[in-house]
Amino acid sequence: MKREVPLFLTAVIGLFMILSFFVPHQWVSVPADFLQACAVILVAFGYVLGGANALRVNFDAIYKRKQGWPYKIVLVVSLLATVIIGAIEGPGFLNPNMKSKWIYDWIYSPMSSTMFALLAFFIASAAFRAFRIRTVEAGLLAIAALIVMLGRVPLGDLLSNWLFELRWLPGAPHTLHLSTIQEWIMDNPQNSAKRAILIGAALGVMATGLRVILGIERSYLSGED
Amino acid sequence: MLAAGTVVVAVTLASSAFSKPAPAPAAAPDTIAAPRPASGLVATDVANDAGRGIALEWKVSPDDVVGGHVLTQYYINRAESPGGPWTVIDSVAAKTTNKVDQNVSRNTEYFYRIDALGPGGLALAGSVTGPVRATSQWVNTTRSSVMVGTILFFGFVLYYIASAQSGKKPFVRRIPGIDAIEEAIGRATEMGRSVLYIPGIQDISDIQTVAALVILESVAKLTARYETPIVVPVTYPIPFTIAEEMVKAGYLHAGRPEAYDPDSVRFVSPEQFAYVASVTGIMLRDRPAAHIFMGSFYAESLLLAETGFATGAIQVAGTANVHQLPFFVVACDYTLIGEELYAASAYLSGEPKLVGALKGADLMKIIIIASVVIGCILETLRLHGFTQWMATQ
Repeated sequence: MKREVPLFLTAVIGLFMILSFFVPHQWVSVPADFLQACAVILVAFGYVLGGANALRVNFDAIYKRKQGWPYKIVLVVSLLATVIIGAIEGPGFLNPNMKSKWIYDWIYSPMSSTMFALLAFFIASAAFRAFRIRTVEAGLLAIAALIVMLGRVPLGDLLSNWLFELRWLPGAPHTLHLSTIQEWIMDNPQNSAKRAILIGAALGVMATGLRVILGIERSYLSGED
Repeated sequence: MLAAGTVVVAVTLASSAFSKPAPAPAAAPDTIAAPRPASGLVATDVANDAGRGIALEWKVSPDDVVGGHVLTQYYINRAESPGGPWTVIDSVAAKTTNKVDQNVSRNTEYFYRIDALGPGGLALAGSVTGPVRATSQWVNTTRSSVMVGTILFFGFVLYYIASAQSGKKPFVRRIPGIDAIEEAIGRATEMGRSVLYIPGIQDISDIQTVAALVILESVAKLTARYETPIVVPVTYPIPFTIAEEMVKAGYLHAGRPEAYDPDSVRFVSPEQFAYVASVTGIMLRDRPAAHIFMGSFYAESLLLAETGFATGAIQVAGTANVHQLPFFVVACDYTLIGEELYAASAYLSGEPKLVGALKGADLMKIIIIASVVIGCILETLRLHGFTQWMATQ
């Protein structure tokens, strides 16, 4: 029964939600909306479990003086302080002059921005590796990337104008300009490949969903048979 | 959105019977007259919905012209009888000719009128439209093509599953990225280090997270067999509880339930960059020898994969988020692209029923390719029926 009941509920609710996509009538759409609201409530309870796990793992690391344990003290204190202040301030915790808002604006937001800013450096190092030409395919990728990058900045237009209008080929058609070529690369080869991946992925989504709904994929339930 | 002062206008209108002639605009400037009202209001029930909307369409006032300043807004009024009382339910800018009233009760009769407002005053509509009622429909006809596709797809999948159950094991091509998972775990075992498994950063409502958690069980089974520790940092609470179950199940199926470490699955944070900080910290402090990224990723993909690359770990990634694929291809040793992520659990388990589902998806792909070719030919011949049938709302 421990497995049969969840499998039955998954099948019935899953098929009902698929049905709600095609049947807009209130007898279907109202229960479907209700089920989605239930999912939100369920997630709220899940946060209690998540918070308890975060505290248990970090308290244990502090107690056993594991590597980096002083940072875990900072984490636990920050977690508890944010939760307690938020609970005291209640629903209006993000209004101006609230302590929670201050924490968000002056601690959380700058730290998030700092992490995000690191992306610029990582893109530079990753691009350096990506554009090393070792094979024919890597060569094609590097040429396409160069055209797209140049074609999207004013420098590309200046270069195209200088090459085709002033210097080598005065009156050359606009199709030879970097901006036009990059547009073609993005609209045709790039878009086609992207759509092919998306169609495959969408079918994968449906197949996975169907496997779960029909109970063929049931490993998520638990390890006990 | 109505301004606070507008409420007064609404109340005034509501108290006046509609049959009365339009009042002279109060304190109208000497030179600006009240605008003439809009005309030709048509109110219809919104099709293919649950009776939640009435679509309104009207012709603009003769004074609503480009560069004109006589008319600034239209007030949409609603009542349950032609004599009122009327309530202003919304206001729209000049030049607007349609609006959907989505605050209606199902199967209730409504009457509408459109008033015009300008600096010269308010002009009441010359006529009332109605009655009209919002009703529910049983079938959304604009989604008939999706319904046909879904029925076909489900039919194919069920057929191949039944076929697999009867003993025919379908062939599945080798996927190097999935084979590399075992290689990565083997390497971590040789180095005496852990395996880091990241099941994406989305909640369980994203099917990629479901796929990632299903793969987690197979990965946990391998780590249990090789006696290698696994660390699974998770973003949301529901995937966290499921990830715990999956890792437990992996250890149980490997015959080593006692080796399961309750601290191996950790709830970190649903906040994207807080999660990045935590996971990159694990990468740099604990130095896992293998990083497996499976699921839905966004801007953090490169932050995680590049940090992992810098530590020298073997990295296997899989995602259906097209924009993150280039980052994983550059920074990881192997990348599962799009549907390979969803095929991974079937491939790893080798269970005929799961593999049968993959064959169904392959057959559907052939039909989609054929539809694209047929659609292109028909559009070239200026026959638009097929494309219109395919369009959904």
